Amino acid sequence: MIKVALIGAGKMGISHLSILGAHPDVSVVGVCDTSKMVTDVLTKYSGFNCFSDYLQMVDKVKPDAVFIAVPTKVHAKFIKDMLDRGIHVFSEKPFCLTPEQGEPLVKLAKEKNLINQVGYHNKFIGTFNEVKKLLASGKLGEIHHFVAESYGPVVIRKKQETWRSDPEEGGGCLMDYATHVVDLLNYLLSPVKTVLASKLQPIFSNRVDDAVYAMLELNSGLNGILSVNWSDETHRKMTTSITIYGTNGKIISDANELKVYFNDDKCPEGYSKGWTVKYVTDLTDQVDFYLRGEEYSAQIDYFINAIKGKVKNDINTFESAWITDRSLKLIRDKAS
Amino acid sequence: MERILFGDNQFFAVNHISDEKSRAQSIRFKDDAAIMRTLDYAMEAGVNTFMCTTHERIANICDIVRANPEKYKDFKIFPCMPYAHKYANAVTELGIMGTLKQYVPGNFFGSLFKGGVAFLSKDFLSIMELLVDSEMKMFKGVNTPVIFLQNVITDLLLGLGMKDILKGFNDYVKKKYNAEPGFITMNMPKLLDMLESVGIENPIICASINKAGFRMSGGKEVYEECLATRNFRPVAMQVLGGGAIPPKEALEYVCSFPKIESILFGASSYGNIQDTVTKIRQFDAQRLVGK
Repeated sequence: MIKVALIGAGKMGISHLSILGAHPDVSVVGVCDTSKMVTDVLTKYSGFNCFSDYLQMVDKVKPDAVFIAVPTKVHAKFIKDMLDRGIHVFSEKPFCLTPEQGEPLVKLAKEKNLINQVGYHNKFIGTFNEVKKLLASGKLGEIHHFVAESYGPVVIRKKQETWRSDPEEGGGCLMDYATHVVDLLNYLLSPVKTVLASKLQPIFSNRVDDAVYAMLELNSGLNGILSVNWSDETHRKMTTSITIYGTNGKIISDANELKVYFNDDKCPEGYSKGWTVKYVTDLTDQVDFYLRGEEYSAQIDYFINAIKGKVKNDINTFESAWITDRSLKLIRDKAS
Repeated sequence: MERILFGDNQFFAVNHISDEKSRAQSIRFKDDAAIMRTLDYAMEAGVNTFMCTTHERIANICDIVRANPEKYKDFKIFPCMPYAHKYANAVTELGIMGTLKQYVPGNFFGSLFKGGVAFLSKDFLSIMELLVDSEMKMFKGVNTPVIFLQNVITDLLLGLGMKDILKGFNDYVKKKYNAEPGFITMNMPKLLDMLESVGIENPIICASINKAGFRMSGGKEVYEECLATRNFRPVAMQVLGGGAIPPKEALEYVCSFPKIESILFGASSYGNIQDTVTKIRQFDAQRLVGK
């Protein structure tokens, strides 16, 4: 049994907690949150050992690993405190507020040989992994452009503010929403080298961006467009998609559906000239416990298996999330 | 429960495999009249139960049903609550407390705040009951013999081990609405264990049951074993496995389990509704003859 504690029982924290609670290899040894209401409910109805001070918690319950799901502003401090104590860390995204904050943590986790993972769950989605395989096959010819998009209905009118509407705390569409797409670009294609143009646009919010539009150049030399808007109520929930143009074909993929066009017959097995459509249902492995999507359980399984030494700790490492933080900074700097 | 239940995903742009199809559906069912027309097709095919989320547009459907008592005298709705995206988006924007403030009706929440938050947890079941009432408001005067808890909430509570809240929902639905409680889940075997552990016997459980094993967490074999040996009233959903299985094969599979009490499906066109209903009735008849 891996002893796991949770710091931060908000939306993502509670979701992780439920999956951890159902995990056969995990024992939840502690939960920490500053809301008395939340810890009272979790104590009374779930029987979890709850705390309001995270250091007191870890020093008392001595977990093997922690899940950190608190506002981004305090990620760096909390993560360092855990690594210093030799505890494996799964942190919510984005990794840190700035790449400067994250860099020493990447080194520290490596030095201490601790498992480190960040919650970019798109990498556990079957369609996006199939895109990665297709790109590796080289059959798409020379890749010459991409369009990376994400839309959803998070802020669809002027409303009350929380930490997500505070730029100092890591709020806004760039840090909360676009970060998923930028991370996916880093993973599928290559990290962002330069931001050619960028616009952070408020729509309903007063202090943060509700949309991010940018033209990016990647390390590989590839150019493309980023378009992200969390004030789009035509989408029922967050919808992330990527279109990749090659000289021998084109890929359009979202989390559900993969559409691939090949100009000729020189394509990988399972594909043919013209359009081939595949669905996530054919590309995703079954999980033991399902909540909101297979990818949320799969990323936790991966983290637990990495601690047990069953898989390499090489998906969504601190280092890869730090590269994404660096890309976010480039987009922010260019817009200001 | 009727053998065949008509679902609502197609009306609200819920398509598990294609965002493009979602958008097409959202355009097609923009007007309530389009939804009513499709419900009428289902009734024509002999399907009188509509199983639907507590989406705000269902309120309009209920208005139409109430306004035409003769036409809809046999019509039943199985509400599935809550419409989770409403709350999920609110939590991202407002936080957990902000969301409760917004959705818990009346002054109850305000007075609790005055009395101090520590008091709140003791009355968590009362908050749950108030939320159920707020979701049920739109169905006043409509026949709702079964009331379901949506899978996101059922499974969240399941993972958190909050069996008393599942039990609280179960008891409240019976007491206040004189209805049968139902639970939608993606983790049927685990849920059944938990419900039985708090004394809920022979529960109505709606779960993915399909030949492809899609969203049958823990594996198809465990599900099939439950269907053969356990005491519960299963409603099969996602019988097409998200579109992975040809309809005939898919329906033949679910109809082969005598334990499955009802089959939930959704469709947009007259032809597809007729086809699906006819096939289910055929396979059911074959199974009975086979006996």
